[in-house]
This record gives sequence, C-alpha cells and structure tokens, in this order.
Amino acid sequence: MNNRDEGSMLRKTFENEIQQVKDDVLMLGSMVEQALINSVESLKKRDVKLSEKIFAEDQEINKKRFAIENQLMVLIATQQPMAHDLRLLASCMEIISELERMGDYAKGIANINIRMGDAPLLKPLIDIPRMAQIGVDMLHHALTAFVNEDVEAAQSIPVQDDEVDALYNQVYRELMTFVIQDAKTIERANWLLWVAHNLERVADRVTNICERTVFIVTGEMTEIKSTDDEFWHQQNQKT
Amino acid sequence: MAQPILNKENSKYVLETKDLGIYYGDFRAVTSVNIPVKRHMITAIIGPSGCGKSTLLRAFNRMNELFTGTSIEGEVLFEGENLYDPSVDPVEVRYRIGMVFQKPNPFPKSIYENIAWGARIHGFKGNMDELVESCLKQSALWDEVKDKLKQSGLALSGGQQQRLCIARALAVQPEVILMDEPASALDPIATLKIEELMQELKKNYTIVIVTHNMQQAARVSDYTAMMMLTNRETHTGTVIEFDDTKKIFTNPKDKRTEDYVTGRFG
Repeated sequence: MNNRDEGSMLRKTFENEIQQVKDDVLMLGSMVEQALINSVESLKKRDVKLSEKIFAEDQEINKKRFAIENQLMVLIATQQPMAHDLRLLASCMEIISELERMGDYAKGIANINIRMGDAPLLKPLIDIPRMAQIGVDMLHHALTAFVNEDVEAAQSIPVQDDEVDALYNQVYRELMTFVIQDAKTIERANWLLWVAHNLERVADRVTNICERTVFIVTGEMTEIKSTDDEFWHQQNQKT
Repeated sequence: MAQPILNKENSKYVLETKDLGIYYGDFRAVTSVNIPVKRHMITAIIGPSGCGKSTLLRAFNRMNELFTGTSIEGEVLFEGENLYDPSVDPVEVRYRIGMVFQKPNPFPKSIYENIAWGARIHGFKGNMDELVESCLKQSALWDEVKDKLKQSGLALSGGQQQRLCIARALAVQPEVILMDEPASALDPIATLKIEELMQELKKNYTIVIVTHNMQQAARVSDYTAMMMLTNRETHTGTVIEFDDTKKIFTNPKDKRTEDYVTGRFG
C-alpha cells in the first residue's frame, strides 16, 4: 500500500495532481468497462441502436485518453518526477493506451453487431457474455490494485486469464462444429469468433496493466506468467 | 608525491574512500564513507544542505587542510595509494586532482596568463601557446576567446569565466577534476554548456561533482552518491546510498533517497 504521507506536504500540489491523474485513469477504466458490457449486451439483444451508441461513446474514450496523456506530459515536463513518481506517471501512459485499445475491442464487437444486419445469431450467447463478465471483473480488480498499489492483488488477477482462454477455446470448438456441419454458417461463425477473440484480448491487456502496477511499486519490469507461457514452454521442450 | 601513485591503471578505481570520517576540530562532519570513484566516469554527490557534500569533495584533494583544525579518519586512496600518507605532498595532490568552485574565480590576469601561470609554476617546459590553446579548446572556450587572449579573464561572462577556470585546472594535467556546484551561479544556457563540456572531459579525466540540482546530477553523472545526516543532533553526514545514477533516479533502494529525489524530503 501507499504510505507516502510523511513529508508529502512538501509537494502538496504535485501530490494532488498525481491523485487527479489516478482518478482520471479510473474514470477512463469505468468508461471502458461499460463499453465492453454494453457491446456484448447489444449483440445478445441484437440492439443496433445500442451498438451505435457504443461507437459514439468510443470517441469519448479516445478523447479522455488524449486528455490524460496531455496531463501526464505536462506533469513530466513541469514537475520532473523521479523514482516512484516517474514510474507511476510513465506507467499511466502505458495503462491508458491499454484501456483505449480495450475500448476499441468493445467498438469492434458493436461493429460486428451492426454488420450482421438481419442475420440471426448462429447460437445463443452463453460463453461469450461469461467471457465479457470475467474480463470486466478482471479489469475492475486490476484498476483497484493499480490505485491501491497492491502488488499481491496485481499478481493474482492474471490467473483468471486462464478461465477466459478456456472459454475462448470452448467457443472456438463449438463454432467449428457448426461450420463442419454446414459450411454456409461460416460467416456467422466467423463473426462470433471475432467477438470471442476481442474478449480474449481484453484479458491479456488486463495482465499488462497488472504488470505495470507491480513495476510502479517494485521497479521490477517482469512478465506475470500465465498458462499460455507454460504451454509454449512445454511445446518447445517436446521438440 | 610518492612515485607509486603515478602508476595509473594499477588500481581498480581512481579514488576510493575507506571508512572515511572528516572532522572540523571535535565536530565530526562526515562519517563512515565507503565509495569508489570510477575512471572516466562522472560521479555526483547529492543530498540536502549541510550534510557534508562539499566536505567530502574537498577530502578528495586535501583541500580541507586549508582550514585549521581539520582531520580525517580512515583512508582516501588515489590510484590505490593513501592520499593522507605523511610522504604525500598536498600541493602535488591538488595538481593531480584539480578543483572548480561554485563561483568562477579567475585570476585578475589575462585569459592567457590564467592558464599559463599554474603550468609555469608547476614547471611546464613545453610550448606554452600550444598548451593554452589546447586547454581552451578542451574547455570549449577557444572559439569565443581566441582573438582576445590578452584581455582580462574577469571581462568574460560568468559562464565563460567558469570554463576558463576549468581550462586553468586542465593546464596542470590533472587526472581528476572536482567540481563544487560548478553551474549554480550560471544561467540555464551557460549551465548546459558546462554539462556538455563535462561529457567531453570525461573521455580524458575523471570527474566528481557536488550539486544541489538533482536534475543536473541525473543528466550528467554516471554514478551518484546520496548523502544525508545520520544523526540530526550531531549533524554528522554520510553516504546512505551509492549506485548507478539511473538506479538512484528511477528505483533507489533507500527510502530516504526516494524521498529526497522525489522532493518529499528537503
């Protein structure tokens, strides 16, 4: 946890500005969370109006990201941050770009819903909303860990990525079954696969945010291992 | 100075302190300093006012002895030899380890004489014109003064005067240049010129700089020694952390260094 209170009076203004940045990153995060939930909801309900709204709101996400980036630049230029402050501000730069990309995934899902037009969903959505829910939960916890500078929490969150990967594989297999049975379903299957892929990427980017939190606190730039890496390692050992 | 000290490259470090303590009479100003000064590197000493930075710097060329009542404990090794050995001549030490001060202090003589004087006293027998030109070129002042070498050094701007003082220090061919706040009396442009100059100089010399300006330490130095009072009552300072400058300013080990470089502790 952050216990930098003693002596912080010396840089009260700077401390306040750092807090403001953190608040804004959280705000951006909740905009992205909402966009992700809405995107899957719009697909589930085939609600084109909601999808169009996500498009418009993505503009707001992008604007917010640029505003925070600008804020960070000004702080770096005027306050000459060092050590922990420097790691925090540099990491925020990284985190807002991860968030902005997650917003793009939501927009991508909304785009698919619009493109699908009148074509019905190939199958009822069960695993995909589940993936979205886990992804959004992970994001929420990752941002909480970031604000509290909680290394332990940050290191434990990426484990959930395995669950998202498992669901993705499940969705993939299921969709392939449809395609094998009837090749005409290929486009509709592909749409859903695309959606699932976007959600899978959300979880990966949450892991990146967690890595930044660890870096802010410890100064160590390390990857948090996931089972993807273990799989890769095992494959390499076989050959 | 005893001959063995001339065996350059013999020791790992140009300068090294071993449990160094420095006293002004009974007052122990600095205690237990163990730091290396690496060859062709810039080492910065930072820390809050009154923690003994300049005192430590002056111990590197026995300049403290110019004040009465100073003494040291421990050792300062220069090229592996104890600088404070009774056989060592402090005047010789100050030629080998030159110093540049906070306020530019050229002699009230011509630009040419500012450089030639020390060399002549030191017994320089070579071509003086060449030496003056070479020192002024090394201190990045030649182009600005080559047509007015006979003018007084005091007629130059503050930044130029400081570079003249650096040229003067170079004239006796030192190995190490100690700089005590060399840019604190200069404007930002003159400051940057000194900083650029330091990067050039470190190719041939080893530099130790004391600075209050942390950004300056971060910009110019390779290694940083962080000093702080160990005891507020006795006002004794020491080096609390010594590391790669990059490390000190991005991820220091000591909480007190962190608080100082982030501006939480003054």
